[in-house]
Amino acid sequence: MSKTFTLDGKVIPFEEGETIMEAATAAGVYIPHLCHHPEFKPHGSCKLCTVSIGGRLGAACTNRAEEGMKVESETEALNADRRSLVQMLFVEGNHVCPSCEKSGNCQLQAVGYHLGMLTPHFPHFYPARDVDASHPDMLLERNRCILCELCVRASRDVDGKNVFGIGGRGIRARLIVNAATGRLADTDFSVTDRAAEVCPTGAIIRKRYGFTVPIGKRLYDRHSIAELPPLPAKRGEGRGEG
Amino acid sequence: MSKLRVATCSIAGCFGCHMSLLDIDERLFELVKAVEFDRSPITDIKHCGPCDIGLVEGGVCNAENVHVLKEFRKNCRILVAMGSCAITGGIPAWRNNVDLWDCFQEVYHYGIGLENGQVPNDPELPLPFDKVHPINEVVRVDHFLPGCPPPADAIWRFLTDLAAGREPRLDYEMLHYD
Amino acid sequence: MPEQDVCDLPGIVARWHRDPANLVQILRDIQEACGTIPSDTIDRLAALLDVPRVRIESTASFYAFFRAESHGAYEILFSDNVIDRMAGKETLKQYFCERLWLEPRKLSEDGLVYVDDTADIGLADQAPALLVNGYAIPSLDQARLDLVAELIRAKKPLAEWPPMLFEVPDNVRKPGPLTGEAFAPGAALRALIARGAEATLADVDLANLRGRGGAGFKTATKWASCRKAEGESHYVVCNADEGEPGTFKDRVLLASHADLVFEGMTVCARVIGARQGLLYLRGEYRNLLEKLKSVLARRRDAGLLGQNILGEQGFDFDIEIHLGAGAYICGEESALIESLEGKPGKPRNRPPFPDRCGYRNQPTVVNNVETFASAAKIAERGGAWFAAMGTPQSAGTKLVSISGDCRRPGVYEVPFGVTVRQILIDCGAEDAHAVQVSGPSGTCISFREFDRRIAFEDLATAGAFMVFSRERDMFEVARNFTHFFAHESCGFCTPCRVGTTLLKNTMDKLAAGKGSAYDMNEMKHIMHILRGMAHCGLGHTAANPVVQTMEKFPDAYERRLKRLDFEPAFDLDGALATARLITGRDDEWAHLANE
Repeated sequence: MSKTFTLDGKVIPFEEGETIMEAATAAGVYIPHLCHHPEFKPHGSCKLCTVSIGGRLGAACTNRAEEGMKVESETEALNADRRSLVQMLFVEGNHVCPSCEKSGNCQLQAVGYHLGMLTPHFPHFYPARDVDASHPDMLLERNRCILCELCVRASRDVDGKNVFGIGGRGIRARLIVNAATGRLADTDFSVTDRAAEVCPTGAIIRKRYGFTVPIGKRLYDRHSIAELPPLPAKRGEGRGEG
Repeated sequence: MSKLRVATCSIAGCFGCHMSLLDIDERLFELVKAVEFDRSPITDIKHCGPCDIGLVEGGVCNAENVHVLKEFRKNCRILVAMGSCAITGGIPAWRNNVDLWDCFQEVYHYGIGLENGQVPNDPELPLPFDKVHPINEVVRVDHFLPGCPPPADAIWRFLTDLAAGREPRLDYEMLHYD
Repeated sequence: MPEQDVCDLPGIVARWHRDPANLVQILRDIQEACGTIPSDTIDRLAALLDVPRVRIESTASFYAFFRAESHGAYEILFSDNVIDRMAGKETLKQYFCERLWLEPRKLSEDGLVYVDDTADIGLADQAPALLVNGYAIPSLDQARLDLVAELIRAKKPLAEWPPMLFEVPDNVRKPGPLTGEAFAPGAALRALIARGAEATLADVDLANLRGRGGAGFKTATKWASCRKAEGESHYVVCNADEGEPGTFKDRVLLASHADLVFEGMTVCARVIGARQGLLYLRGEYRNLLEKLKSVLARRRDAGLLGQNILGEQGFDFDIEIHLGAGAYICGEESALIESLEGKPGKPRNRPPFPDRCGYRNQPTVVNNVETFASAAKIAERGGAWFAAMGTPQSAGTKLVSISGDCRRPGVYEVPFGVTVRQILIDCGAEDAHAVQVSGPSGTCISFREFDRRIAFEDLATAGAFMVFSRERDMFEVARNFTHFFAHESCGFCTPCRVGTTLLKNTMDKLAAGKGSAYDMNEMKHIMHILRGMAHCGLGHTAANPVVQTMEKFPDAYERRLKRLDFEPAFDLDGALATARLITGRDDEWAHLANE
């Protein structure tokens, strides 16, 4: 008999050692997230998956499920706070959805839709960030980077390459690449890398593949991210693709 | 029931949101039954008087935009930021990381076909800001209607909800940032 | 230190055992030798350590004291705590820059000198203060700055500067068991050996010693848990990253009572079964390094460190000192461990806690300097003696670092339970209007609360006690702290990375006289997000100064509000200035009234 906890009143079974996020996902319950990806080690930085665990707030992706715990996620208060986090991500970067190849397939957008975000609300920072188009197949568009480190983890843990890293700190933190020139072309990054497909936004995106799906038929045009299957589809089938 | 007075404008925008407003097609007939347009590109009225709803398309990129926006805020009971540019600065905000000096140099000095170009200094020309801003960074905004442009259905829903005194609610497919 | 094109990279790497975990130390040594960490050096280092370049760059770009660009032969960093500002830091800095014909944050034209600010450097009792190439000079005035300017102009190597410039008195105003009693090195260890590790742990338990870093976790519980935890090796880490603005008591303990601290670490090592200890010394305390190393050497010679300590078979323990490089966040224990492992100081996801999975993923005790010093005294004199001091929930004494508007700033060792009022009398602060207890992340109390007590059950504190008189503007105090947090946020989690900058910007907006009630509500909302959702204590507390001063000193805010409803997020007329300059226009339409 497996152990259980409750998530918004629903009984969720879990295996020993599983996080709240893992157990919820297995049970088909969506908890908003951006830096989490089932393939990779939990990161816990975006904080969108913050849930109330017996009254204490914690990230669902890093907190382990425990027998009998009472977890709340889909509350108005939590979703309002999550909306503020998404708004923070929008104003700290330069997210111009109308001109972005990832639009319609972007998880940042999709989470915004899911949470009913109508405005980024906070004053925009309009930071000056570099765009790196040096690589023959891939574009590095730092204006859209939300520092989730999925590419860092994918390149290090799956591709065994360490193409990406985070440089600087605080609001000046930025995605850096493994080359003295700072150019993606001077790394061993390849379009076939796992790191090439995990970006939840349009920060790391394939060249020459933009706007291939008409508006209305893109991944999140008709269906909320909460309704879609949680595991990423393989290459070319959409979710990680531009 | 008296008609709602609505004003609209496009400041640092492309009039695409206004095009989308016209895209409500035959519902336009219903619309004109319910509302009366004050200042708007549709009426060509140049200044707005007291209104129920103000729809502002476009961000704020120059001094004149501010005058228009403040006039709207002063006169409109409900001010709506309509479309991506009004809400985030949008496409015009791409220039935010280009130095204004470089912009002017490129446009008036080094542009193709220019000879002895000079930066114009006519007071009639609105002076540009260092950066383009969404309108809620200049005035208080009551509602946001995203999209580039917002779909006609979304605009219709929004207006009918507002007219009925309801908090506007968009269906999932109506909510777009692009 | 003069600049050099090359440094002995292989030598430095060998000194740190070619271990990438020592990357922060390696980068420190490179920078001390070269003045910068150039890009090609990172490449060579990556090859020598066999790690990807991007990892080195991550670490090198995280810490404030590492830089890729040269700051000349003399880098002058003025401590920028609000206490330094109250003591005239801004005027003095301007004076200094004028003397040397330079601008802050711009390398002088001759490439000789660079002036900037840095977060509090642990000398609030001797403010204003600065760091020159990492070495502290306290008690600045025009005369001392004249001398510094002269030495720089004469290009005198730092080693030849008059030592009196670098003298840092302890300023212990009220001594106690830790700071006032003579301690014979080895006394605690002898008592430990005589009674055994288990009995000593029981004594630490009986003493009810709680962590002095501010959180107040029970030390014996931490030690016992670590002792029980399985691992290849156990570690003792002393947190000497005393970065909380206004705190400097660890500086005094390390400068004059290092034996007590090292002995406490050694006692802990025996209890938990550790063979290696690390003291993480904040980079700002660079001037203590040689002295601390000599204390370690003396203790080795005396058989108090090394193999078979005091002749006890199998009692092996030694201590290595690691220097920080300008990152407040490394005072958070898991960030400190990350830093010890050569990485950017970003707090880990917890659990697991360090007692089970710490340094090199092994069981590790991390305690504050003062905690270890207290543990040594407990081992020497027994738990009952210690528990008899203070209050039942907060046993023992507390070192308080007092600065600001008082006649006798310095370190006061007080029994827990003492009232704020009593401390204010002791330090000569009759005029006090507010006190920031435990630094920016702590509690701001107003004159109405001076009967509150320094104790875990009331005002928990890591030791800072900044006094503000009636004349001080508490808004400016809070604004200084928001700048501090925005500068020190590690950037890992969304709420803190963005929220601290939003707070800073909003406070600046209010300071410019362009705030409204809308902005006040916005700050309260950001505080709510930070408290609930931030990854670590820095984020949880980053809005405290604003929220508390808003609540306790509302006038300081209200008189700054331009209007109640709403004010633009940016300066409308100011944002036209560039265009006015380009077009040469100054007509009526070229301006926007910020009405």
